[in-house]
Amino acid sequence: MTALPLLHVSDLTVEFQTRNGTVTAVSSVDLTVAKGETVGIVGESGSGKSVTSYAVMRILDRAGRIADGTVTFSGIELHNADDEVMREIRGREISMIFQNPRAALNPIRRVGEQIEDVLRQHAQATSRNAREKAIDLLRLVRINDPEARYLAFPFELSGGMCQRIIIAIALACRPRLLIADEPTTGLDVTTQKAVMDLVVELTRAREMSTVLITHDLGLAAQYCDRIVVMEKGRVVETAPARRIFRAPEHPYTQRLMSATPRPGITLRDLLPNRPEAAAPPPKWQRSPDATEKPILSVVDLVKEYPRAGAKARGAESAGAFRAVDGISFDILPGESVGLVGESGCGKSTTSAMVMRLLDPTSGTIRFEDRDIGAIPAKNFARDPARSRLQMVFQDSTDSLNPRFTAFRAIADPLYRIGGVTREAQARAQVERLADQVVLPHDLLDRFPHQLSGGQKARVGIARAIALEPALLVLDEPTAALDVSVQAIVLNLLADLKAELGMSYLFVSHDLNVVRLLCDRVIVMQAGRIVEQASAEEIMTSPRDAYTRELLAAVPRPPV
Amino acid sequence: MASATKLRILGQRSLQALPALVGIIIVTFVLTRALPGDPAVYFAGPAADARSIAEIRKQLGLDRTLIEQFGIYLRQLAQGDLGQSISTGQPVIKELVNRLPASIELTLVALLLSALVAIPLGILAATRPDTWVDHLCRFVTTAGVSLPTFFTGILLVYVFYYLLGWAPAPMGRLNVMYLSPPHVTGFFTIDALLAGDLETLRATLAQLILPATTLGLFTLAPLARMTRGSMLQVLGSDFVRTARAAGLSGRKVLFTYAFRNALLPVITTLGMVFSFTLGANVLVEKVFAWPGIGSYAIEALVVSDYAAVQGFVLAMAILFVALNLVIDVAYTLVDPRVGIEG
Repeated sequence: MTALPLLHVSDLTVEFQTRNGTVTAVSSVDLTVAKGETVGIVGESGSGKSVTSYAVMRILDRAGRIADGTVTFSGIELHNADDEVMREIRGREISMIFQNPRAALNPIRRVGEQIEDVLRQHAQATSRNAREKAIDLLRLVRINDPEARYLAFPFELSGGMCQRIIIAIALACRPRLLIADEPTTGLDVTTQKAVMDLVVELTRAREMSTVLITHDLGLAAQYCDRIVVMEKGRVVETAPARRIFRAPEHPYTQRLMSATPRPGITLRDLLPNRPEAAAPPPKWQRSPDATEKPILSVVDLVKEYPRAGAKARGAESAGAFRAVDGISFDILPGESVGLVGESGCGKSTTSAMVMRLLDPTSGTIRFEDRDIGAIPAKNFARDPARSRLQMVFQDSTDSLNPRFTAFRAIADPLYRIGGVTREAQARAQVERLADQVVLPHDLLDRFPHQLSGGQKARVGIARAIALEPALLVLDEPTAALDVSVQAIVLNLLADLKAELGMSYLFVSHDLNVVRLLCDRVIVMQAGRIVEQASAEEIMTSPRDAYTRELLAAVPRPPV
Repeated sequence: MASATKLRILGQRSLQALPALVGIIIVTFVLTRALPGDPAVYFAGPAADARSIAEIRKQLGLDRTLIEQFGIYLRQLAQGDLGQSISTGQPVIKELVNRLPASIELTLVALLLSALVAIPLGILAATRPDTWVDHLCRFVTTAGVSLPTFFTGILLVYVFYYLLGWAPAPMGRLNVMYLSPPHVTGFFTIDALLAGDLETLRATLAQLILPATTLGLFTLAPLARMTRGSMLQVLGSDFVRTARAAGLSGRKVLFTYAFRNALLPVITTLGMVFSFTLGANVLVEKVFAWPGIGSYAIEALVVSDYAAVQGFVLAMAILFVALNLVIDVAYTLVDPRVGIEG
């Protein structure tokens, strides 16, 4: 380490005033970033990793304050600098890029103007050459047709493009330190790779230092020189990226490491202090009787949407947009099938049609030997097949009624379809379901906001299996969860499948997760199936070029 | 292309208003007929016998069937004739042309005053929550809505006219010493300006200030509360954080980034408050002897003056449609997304 680090955070403590008194979000954190170094801060939600960076930038919200410690940036004390000084530092010396790029841009201002605002604020451009410089920056972050994109509003751009704009804003004044706060969360893997590669290339070329804040150990390990692991507001371990994967020292780092899905492991390997006694979930075997009937059979499924403004724009672009373009696949009883692809590939539309929430334009969906695709979506709730087909949603918070207790949420399908009318009867069944998903009974009377993310996910799963469905559609059920919670939920899902003999249609963008849970994987691109094969085959010898591209984009820890 | 899309949207919005107007014409016609009270009896006077009542009924055209009356009404409407008020004997259209601008002028000035106070107050309160500015904002707005307009009106007259003598007598739009400016728009302030008559302009404004303040106090609350709420929300959003992290000046963040985004719900509230106030300022018009449309409508309603009531409702309906159009225009100017999602 050099004698004088660019950024030196020492003994930093940040407190928030809340209704329930003072909460310490970050306590006694030490952190140094040398010139040209890339440091990763890794931790799960609530670890204080974002708060640390906000404290460095002094953009904590009103309730938060630096209670103790010092932040020094190339000799300047930031923790007690006044607003004038900070305004000069922000954007010019230290800049930041954020999660959720679309929301991080002013929705009603042209992106070019937003870049200009920063240039002019820090006197990097005059009114005469600001536009030119902004367009140069757009070109720098590889935006095609920068002159036209200068005039675009954020809603007209994709998430990846919005993140490039944010990067352009962050790099506009040639700062010396870039703080990237979960810059690729919510972006597709290929976009993630493109964005990260761009950040690395640009910061290296300018000899900048970078702090990468992420929950993804793999991502941090791939792009960072040094990794700082945080837990509950404290730094638990700091080590070079290579060493942290080979020999994690702190128990928390070890847990985090083992819970990260990666090639060459099984589901059970994700769990901390893996119970040796617990047998691995029985591997699903295709029954020797090759004529076994699939439980779900989708043939030539198509979903078309009329193009927005097709009428107004005239004939040349008229016609419909095919979100799902004639796909066919089967799911056998007890089989778990992964549906993988990037956003916009049609995987969610497909799952919504299978769930009969959307009406297909054409094609058939045979479920337990009935063509349920022909039943209009609005009548399907009354169909007997409805109880055999259930769904677990991506956002476990938003998919629970905030006014229902966990008990009421799980009992809902029992009351509505299951024919249960008496509360005592429902109570018995719900408690049995809670046992199945390992949810303590005393949590059943809590409301969603009183439950943790993992507990809410369990409630969602218990609700879905309440009617003992034959097929469960899982739409990215672990995408919003921390890796340690994800590990437990994935194992739970595997056990439930074996116990109840269900089939899964598992929709996800994370190939590592899909491989762990699924027997077979279907890869979709632009509404079509480009490849379907067993999970192992897809991971080890992908045949399609697009599958290979997806696999290559998955961050790989340097082991 | 974007502006063409917006123009098309605006065209569609105006066309969508047509069925509403037709419905309003029918409903007001039927409703006024369904009102209790017989105008023929009323106008024949207490001494009239059955024959003279029948004669007056015939004169008013009330002896025909409803369908026939409606036909006549439509034909007259097409010629811009809203009928004659039976209580004043004047053509309704003429009365409306005189009185509507008086009401609109009063309401607009009141809203302008109100917005000039409410929006800065809301912004200040949002940037300094739980400080004295915030508490002041809460106090002023609560006081504003809690006091009935006739009370604040009389209080203002008592203080500024009777005690201090700063304001002129609360006797309508213009002191009797002055001649009305030549009629161009019907707004005395604008007409006086057009005529270059600064003396009359001053007198008009002097008459306007008290009733406008009275109304303005009442409309302060929704505007200030909405500004504060929507500013608080926008200030907590991701893009404001980005702007702050980029080191933009406080002024730039507050106005270019936060306020313009917070403006959208404020515009909506402004429109709602305007339409509400225009119809509901009868009390203020009464206190200040303001020759507005609200007092006219109440008087007409009391005596079942069909033509006048119909004319009033129709005028208000057209005004609301126009107002909604103005709000839509304002929206498209502020928010580029309207063209896509609208």
